[in-house]
This record gives sequence, C-alpha cells and structure tokens, in this order.
Amino acid sequence: MKHYAPWVFVLVLALLPLAFPDPYMLAVLTSAGIFIIGAISLNLLLGYTGQLSLGHVAFFGLGAYTSALVSLGFDIGIGFGLRITLQPQPVWLGFIAAIVVAGAFGWLLGRLAFRVRGAYFVIITICFAQVLRMVALNWIELTQGPMALISIPPFSLWLPGQGVVPLYSKAQNYWLVLGVAVLAFIVVRQLVESRIGRALVALRANESLARSVGIRVTHYLVIAAVVSAGIAGAAGSLFAHYIRIIDPDVFLFIYTVTMVIMVITGGKGTLWGPVVGGLIFGLVPDLLRGHARPEAQWVLYGVAMILFVMFLPRGIVPALASLKRRA
Amino acid sequence: MDQALQHLVNGTVLGGTYALLGIGLTLIFGVMRVVNFTHGELYAFGAYMTYAFVSLLGVNFFAALALATLCGVGLGALIELVLLRSMRKADIDSVMLVMIGASLVLQNGEMWAWGGVAKLVPNPFNGSPLVLGPVSVLPLRLFVLAVSAALLLGFWLMLDRTRAGVAMRATFQDPETAALMGVRIGWVNTATFAIGSGLAAAAGALLGPVFMVSPTMGDLVGLKAFAIVILGGLGSLPGATIGGFALGFVEEYAGGYLSTEYRDAFGFLLIILVLALKPQGLVPAKERIG
Repeated sequence: MKHYAPWVFVLVLALLPLAFPDPYMLAVLTSAGIFIIGAISLNLLLGYTGQLSLGHVAFFGLGAYTSALVSLGFDIGIGFGLRITLQPQPVWLGFIAAIVVAGAFGWLLGRLAFRVRGAYFVIITICFAQVLRMVALNWIELTQGPMALISIPPFSLWLPGQGVVPLYSKAQNYWLVLGVAVLAFIVVRQLVESRIGRALVALRANESLARSVGIRVTHYLVIAAVVSAGIAGAAGSLFAHYIRIIDPDVFLFIYTVTMVIMVITGGKGTLWGPVVGGLIFGLVPDLLRGHARPEAQWVLYGVAMILFVMFLPRGIVPALASLKRRA
Repeated sequence: MDQALQHLVNGTVLGGTYALLGIGLTLIFGVMRVVNFTHGELYAFGAYMTYAFVSLLGVNFFAALALATLCGVGLGALIELVLLRSMRKADIDSVMLVMIGASLVLQNGEMWAWGGVAKLVPNPFNGSPLVLGPVSVLPLRLFVLAVSAALLLGFWLMLDRTRAGVAMRATFQDPETAALMGVRIGWVNTATFAIGSGLAAAAGALLGPVFMVSPTMGDLVGLKAFAIVILGGLGSLPGATIGGFALGFVEEYAGGYLSTEYRDAFGFLLIILVLALKPQGLVPAKERIG
C-alpha cells in the first residue's frame, strides 16, 4: 500500500456524509466504527501479544459506564455513613475518565492474568467480564441495574466559532467516531513499531527465548493490556454517548466475540485487519436485517468464525497481501 | 443451624449436577486438550430434548431423560467428527475459537428452533416437599441428586473397569505412547467428546424440569463449568467432582448468608482468586486420571 493510500481512505470516509447524507447509512457506519475501535484495541492483545483475551468487553463496558456516570453524576453510599457524590461533569471529562478507569482495570487484570497462559488466561479474562456484569446488574444505587442508565447526554465538543456544542446529528457523531478511530489506529501503530512492539512480537514468537535475552515479558504484556483497555474504554464512552442508554448487557460475552471475529477474519497481528474485519461484520447485520431473523446473524458469525479459523487462519489482509505479492 | 443444614442439602443437590458438568469438561480437556465452549450449549440441548420428548412427543419422563442424554452423546460425537478431528494438530487457541463459533451456532440454532420463551418440563413428582426434621427438600431434587450420583458412579466404573476406560486413561497420560501401544486415538477422542457431551446433556435434562428451559440457560452454566474445573485443577477428575460440590456449597452458603443478588458472581470471583493465587487449582492433577 502506498504511504498516502490510508489518508485517501480516511478522506473518502470523512467526505462520505457530505456526498451521501443518508442518516441510516451514517448510523450503521457509526456503530460499526465504534466496534472497529474496540477491534483495533483487541488486536493489540490478540494479534501482537498472541494472548487470547476473551474479556475485552469488560473494558468497553467499564468505559461506557464510567463515562455515562461522570456525565450524569451520582450519589452513592459506601458504608459507615459515608457518601460519594459527583455533580454532572462535562462529557469530555467522562471520556477521559473512561480511558483512565478502563486502563487501570487493564493494569489490574494484566497483573492478575498474565501469571498464567493459554486456557487459564482465557478463562480468567472471561470471568472478569462476568463479574463486572454481575456488579452492573446488582449495584443498583450506582448503575440502576437492569433499569439501565438513561438520558445520557450526547458527546459535546468545542468547535471553533460555536463554543462547546452537543453533537446531536448523525454526521457529527460519525466524524467524532472516525476521528477517534484514526487516533486509535495511530496509537496502536506507533506502539507496535516501537521498542515495545518489537518486544511483544518477540515474546509472541517464542516466550522463553524472549525471556532468556532479557525481555521483561510480564512488564510488556501489562503495557499492552493497559493501552488496549484504555482504547476499548474510549470506544465504550463513544458508545454510551451515542446510544445514550446503557444497561448491564453491554458486558455480554457476545460483544467480545463480535470483536474477536472482526480481528480474526480481518487478520490478527496486522494493522488493517481489524478495520477490514470490522467493516465486514459491522455492515453484515444491516444487510441481513429484513431478510432473516436476528438469530441468523449469530449463526452466520459462528459459521464464519469456524470457517476462517479452519481454512484462512491468518485472515483476509495477509491473504490479500500474499496474493498481491504472487501476482 | 437449621438454616445451615438446609443450605447443606441444597448445596449437595446443586453440587451433584455441577460435578456432572465439571467431569465432562475436564475429561474433554484432559484427553483432547480442548477447551470446550460448547459444553453449556450441550447442557441446554439436553434440557430441550427432554422438553421435546415429554411435552411434544408424550414420551415417559424417565425414558425422555435417557433419550435426551443419548441425543447429547450423538451431538457430541458429531461435533468431534466434523470439527475437532481435522484440528487435532492445531494450537489450543485456534481450537478454542472454533468451539466458540460452534457454541454461537448451537445457541442461536436453539433460539431459532424453540423461540425465546422459557419452557416448563412437566414431571411426575408431586410438588409438596419431604420434611425431615429441620430440612425440607422437593422429591424432584432428591431424584436429581440420586441420578447424578448414579451417573458419577457409573462413569468412574467405566473409566476404571472397561477397556475403553483404560484407553482413555492412557491417552490422558500420554497420547503418543498410547498410540504406539495400539490405542486408536481418533476413536478415543470421539468417545471422550461424546461421553463428556452426554454428561452435560444429562445435567441439562435433570435440571431442566427443576428450573426452566430457555435458549440462554447454557451461557452461565458453561462458565460455571469452567469455574468448577478450574477450582479442581484443569484435567483433574477428582478435582472436578470436588469442585462441583464446592461451587454448589459456595453459591448456596454465600447466596444464603452474604448476598442473594451476587450469588452467581461468587463462583467467578472464586476462579479469579484461585487462578491468581494457586493457578494449578485446589487439587493439582498430579495423579492424573482415575
């Protein structure tokens, strides 16, 4: 790919709302974009460190709840007659809080989970997301439980000449998500092309060898987990302020699986894999809508996952790249 | 004190079915090195088959339980032959992903076939509880406990006394050496997966009439099965049995004395703690199987 091609791609995406101001299409692309950001962050763990983290939705959900709660404010008792009260804060503060809180939990989970590998690691990460879902369901004073957090304010941004304005329109939200996605992509690219990224790839290839040449394996894995969790938290925040209602189902395993499918089909451990996979699986549900029942979508996802892992395990992007090299 | 006894009885009933689930999962992991994400769906499948046989086809309740278990064995064998057989050389992460895909297909297939509304399975036991001193227990639950215990015992005897059991234990310890000694690993794998799935289906068939049957019932149970297996040490059969009862008691006592709302969360917290502090599980699999 020529070095300016990605920027042309971004420019085309950025001009899309001006050329085709169709709100339905923009809504589909915006929610696809949010999941693509999630997939980009998951790829850092799944693709570059080779750790199958299946609790990724935990960070997404944490980001969503943190951001929503900061922007709505809360008042909770923490026992011994003490209360924590927060007045509603501006949304951008919620966005930053989402990244920080998700990143902190990424550190915690990394410290706990990277003591083990393989099946054990996978199961810890899944359980982590489940525990958070239970907390979201049952800590009703904070999260409203199954009644959901409602009336979450839309994202607001400072725009030149207009001051701070809430983003109500589809196109504005689309641009916001596109902007964050580009940022996330750049952060991940800088990280994997840095010393840290080379250390991650080394330990993916051969962990004991990497350890023997002095790479602090756990240290680098935790860094990857923190960055990955922070980006997922940002995606969660965007989701909360875009959908504007959050319930504990945001922690469902099925959303992790959606992100995993995006990464696997696109090509794990490639920068463009999650984008390609995310575009495919972000748009498929809407192509199916009206033709098939919702279960059909998940059956299709399951079949796609099986077929890709069995027959095209490296994903679409590497397969296309090797086709191009051969031609 | 009376309440503690009641919890003990409830925990034992719950623990018996948990042990069935855990043993199936740990057997499959031990012999095949497969983390079986379809386990919870097989549990739901067992429950739905019982519902189908009893309510739709009018089969006798006890026969329906047996038939549902056999259907689970068949589905397990099918999954092994179609998906896992060609992946025997693949790495553990790829196999996990394929099994996640399979569980998506199964769960949503069930949703498609049966709809989202929970079903009730009629059973021949009457609803009034047996009262023994301070403890009361429903006859249906006692039946569930008895059948779980019988299945656990039967499974141990199969593993300990039969040629198939010996082949499984040999494969568990060292697949290559077992293959050299003339064990047909392919068929051992199929049998293992079929039996493990059958145990999950049996647990579903037994608990379906106790609770309700719904397409998402496998979700939480699949994760709990992991909890049980991790508690006991992945690949340890005595561990899975102990882990099953341990989870039953933890849920029952923590749910009773600490918080009903967080009842299901205690199991997961327990796994995270066990893995963080003692990654080999409470019963390390040093003596392996049997």
